[in-house]
Amino acid sequence: MYDIKALYEAKSVENAIELMKEHPEAKIIAGGSDVLIKIREGKMAGCELVSIYGLDELRGVSMAEDGTLRIGSLTSFSHITKDPLIKKYIGVLGEAVDMVGGPQIRAIGTIGGNTCNGVTSADSASTLLAWDAIVELNGPEGVRTLPLEEFYLGPGKVDLKSAELQTALLIPKESYENCAGFYIKYGMRNAMEIATTGCSVNVRLSSDKKTLERLRIGFGVAGPVPRRARKTEEEFKGASLEAGLPEKIGDAVLKDVEPRDSWRASKDMRLHLCSTMTERAFIEAVSRCGGEIPEKA
Amino acid sequence: MSEKQYKLVTCKINGKERSAMVDVRASLTDMLRNDYSLTSVKKGCEVGECGACAVIIDGECYNSCIYLAIWADGKEIETLEGLTGENGELNDIQQAFVDETAIQCGFCSPGFIMEAESILRTGEIYTDEELRKLLSGHLCRCTGYDNILRAVKKAMNERNGKK
Ligand SMILES: Cc1cc2nc3c(=O)[nH]c(=O)nc-3n(C[C@H](O)[C@H](O)[C@H](O)COP(=O)(O)OP(=O)(O)OC[C@H]3O[C@@H](n4cnc5c(N)ncnc54)[C@H](O)[C@@H]3O)c2cc1C
Ligand code: FES
Ligand code: FES
Repeated sequence: MYDIKALYEAKSVENAIELMKEHPEAKIIAGGSDVLIKIREGKMAGCELVSIYGLDELRGVSMAEDGTLRIGSLTSFSHITKDPLIKKYIGVLGEAVDMVGGPQIRAIGTIGGNTCNGVTSADSASTLLAWDAIVELNGPEGVRTLPLEEFYLGPGKVDLKSAELQTALLIPKESYENCAGFYIKYGMRNAMEIATTGCSVNVRLSSDKKTLERLRIGFGVAGPVPRRARKTEEEFKGASLEAGLPEKIGDAVLKDVEPRDSWRASKDMRLHLCSTMTERAFIEAVSRCGGEIPEKA
Repeated sequence: MSEKQYKLVTCKINGKERSAMVDVRASLTDMLRNDYSLTSVKKGCEVGECGACAVIIDGECYNSCIYLAIWADGKEIETLEGLTGENGELNDIQQAFVDETAIQCGFCSPGFIMEAESILRTGEIYTDEELRKLLSGHLCRCTGYDNILRAVKKAMNERNGKK
């Protein structure tokens, strides 16, 4: 038995909003793989819950007429990895969420929960951030959207207003077109392990595959919330793919990150990881985009 | 909790339609063990880490300890008891676990076997590395995993008509 004070099962998105208005203390439970653990640990014991797990309308991946990819917030990691649209347009997201926990966790964990928990190590977050994902929210004031980057307010804190829930993550066409990426998760073991640091890089190359048209880098555990390496991205826009470029980019990201010491790893180790993972993920992303970085002479 | 809250949960368990009034605070492990005496579903860590409580829900393997019982309404659930024949005959994966000595204390076995069942139903042949990843959500404190991997591989090859 879980120490739950009361549980309300939402019948629809509108009903979920109503229930949250009626019970302002209640917390949303989606797959529960964060919430139920916290109840067991005692951190959330005695809480009231609004369950949205039954809302199939929030599951699945689709494409809008304008080409925007829409990932329903309740879509589980295992279903994201298997989804044909994800495989075709943003394969790296399917790969990143395939590194969460183990198979049973990927069956229950949702991408909405992975972004609403505001956790910096969330495996989907760095990739979603690096692909300029947009968060769709629904609440008493109606639907609103905002960039994922702005959705994060601080560790464990996201911009969810009272009685609001996340309904989808959107990836605009401009963001995924002619673009390919790579995600590296560094952990102490290969499965059932939270990332020590995570790095997701994606690139768009010129048609002759010689120039870096766009570079985007997202990090997990390189700061209090998932973050982008904005300065580096700006600095290397338009750079030509020449020997030594990956190393330069790897060095440059050090001014964009601010990891700290934790029991998992020291700050210095994380700084080293940020550099090295950026370098390696960049090389892979370029190669997936059909480009090649010449060997050093 | 001031007033107890219950919900009627109707689902298919090991092929049979079942209904029970369930406390909303119950995990699916609680419901399967307490209401249906399906004690192959083990309570290990109860926080999703060990896989001892794994069951198949609508074809996919889940840790029942972090799955609320009320969510099972309308679902099809399979536990180890459902794999065994009417007179206790072992299924192929169970037999392979015996043959390969993949069982010592046996606490992790139901979870591993349900996971293996969901893996083998895909009909695919996996490499050792792929199998390791597919089985990585389960802990075993006794066997050191090698025999478990060997047993799953043996059952996989047999189902696919190899060797
Ligand atoms: C054993 C184990 C291993 C794990 N390993 C990893 C790992 O390797 N990588 C990783 O990133 N995570 C890992 N996790 C954490 C967890 O599985 C993920 O964070 C998952 O995405 C949470 O999703 P959920 O649907 O289960 O969330 P829930 O627990 O239901 O919710 C999480 C939080 O988000 C809120 N929320 C959820 N959905 C919505 C919504 N639609 N609108 C508004 N608020 C919402 C909830 O109120 C809660 O605060 C692990 C968990 C366990 C138990
Ligand atoms: S008892 Fe469910 S995962 Fe350990
Ligand atoms: S056989 Fe004892 S835990 Fe696996």
